[in-house]
Amino acid sequence: MSTPTAHATLRGVTRIYPSLVHALGPVDLDLRQGEFFSVVGPSGCGKSTLLDVLAGLSAPTSGTIAFEGRPVNGVPDGVGVVFQEDSSFAWLNVQDNVAFGLRRAGMEAAEIKRRVEYALGFMGLRDFATAFPAQLSGGMRQRVCIARTLVMQPRLILLDEPFGALDQQTRLLMGDELLRLWRETGATVMLITHALDEAAMLSDRVGVMSSRPGCFIDLAVTDWPRARDSRIVSDPAFGLLTARLWSSLRAESMKAIGRVA
Amino acid sequence: MTRWIDNLAILLALLGLWYLAWWQAGDSAITPPVQTLKFALYLLGSADFWPHVWATVLAFLYALAISAVLGITLGLVLGLHRFSGEVFEPILASFYTIPKVTLYPLMLLIFGLGLSAKVAFGVIHGMIPVTLFTLAAVKNIPGVLTRTARALRLSPRQTALHVLMPAVLPEIISGLRIGFALTFLGVLIGEMFASQRGLGFLIINGINQHDVARTTAVIVIVVTAAVLANGALLRLDRHARHDV
Repeated sequence: MSTPTAHATLRGVTRIYPSLVHALGPVDLDLRQGEFFSVVGPSGCGKSTLLDVLAGLSAPTSGTIAFEGRPVNGVPDGVGVVFQEDSSFAWLNVQDNVAFGLRRAGMEAAEIKRRVEYALGFMGLRDFATAFPAQLSGGMRQRVCIARTLVMQPRLILLDEPFGALDQQTRLLMGDELLRLWRETGATVMLITHALDEAAMLSDRVGVMSSRPGCFIDLAVTDWPRARDSRIVSDPAFGLLTARLWSSLRAESMKAIGRVA
Repeated sequence: MTRWIDNLAILLALLGLWYLAWWQAGDSAITPPVQTLKFALYLLGSADFWPHVWATVLAFLYALAISAVLGITLGLVLGLHRFSGEVFEPILASFYTIPKVTLYPLMLLIFGLGLSAKVAFGVIHGMIPVTLFTLAAVKNIPGVLTRTARALRLSPRQTALHVLMPAVLPEIISGLRIGFALTFLGVLIGEMFASQRGLGFLIINGINQHDVARTTAVIVIVVTAAVLANGALLRLDRHARHDV
């Protein structure tokens, strides 16, 4: 199964919580170098658990996880995570939020300044550099969190429903920004989302998860060109893909809300 | 600008109420504003007055320092150790609501007359809010902040110093603000009942000797100092929250 270009691999990964809730797996997955991979699944299916174990934020109950060929034990260097909840630091202004990780890593000031300025410009935050999170909208705060991850120059970016709390228009535009970020950095991206259209619009491949315990039940390849944006939603192939994802997911979603398909 | 006008309006309203109280109760209970202010200025200029101020300030500073150190330490311990927190929080909260004046005879027997009783009385008033605020702050740290710290590969020490501490600081400052006011209250009450020195003593002594002018003037001085201090702390509080 393992391909020479696999950037991260999961083999037989399960996660069972101390409460004996079987949340995940077994899951096998190869994330290819530089691909945009999305995970969709019914609520409570273990999508976030999958991200947590891949990021090294929690250990799997069984199975192995490797990033760039080395086993994952704690968050590896080169992995960046963006969470669903607002994780901006309320006591720091925007530029200090963005510089936070670099300062803790002890990078020299000139390089921090250069990277922060680039990230602020890239995420459209330059005019808000000295603003505090309380003065920003939810979308802007999430941009701050993305910029804070971006400056670390991660080679694998994991996003856990980062636009879940945003309105539909903002989500589409943030999707464009994410594509731009993915193209410019060349990083591998894994996006957890509950929005099928978001997954269909952004990804090279979409993994569909079953209801708990979450396993992959379908892998859809989109064949979009690398230079794409949200206008792809008017492509007939986008409609077909979204329909396919929904037909894979419908029965599982009904299980998740306690109905028989 | 509007805030300035608001403050002026409040000041005028208070002066109005003061006149009304004087008009109703008469010279035997309260002196009117201008007369009181003159007497207050005379007191502030007299050498006999300042030893009482320093006695109160000294007791207050001791009590505040003890309230802050014990309150923050206890709050951190109870907040970090979930089980002890769950056991002690309701106990502290109910202790907070009992009228602590009833404990005063007990405190006197334990500490005797003088500075230590005043300080102890200030501490039992001021420490609990500091503890409760600190405990709540630690308990309510959003989990995503510690997850972010781990995702950014921070060491435990960096996490404590650069994430947890700044996250709880605004709440602790709010607790200190409440604790400040209550510690002051406790010290003044202590001075009223068990001291021959201090502003609380001057107030109760003025009442006992029916020296209405002195009593009213000291009350005005104490209230003004408390309001100014609270205003300054409120500013610090807002600043720490980046509430602009």
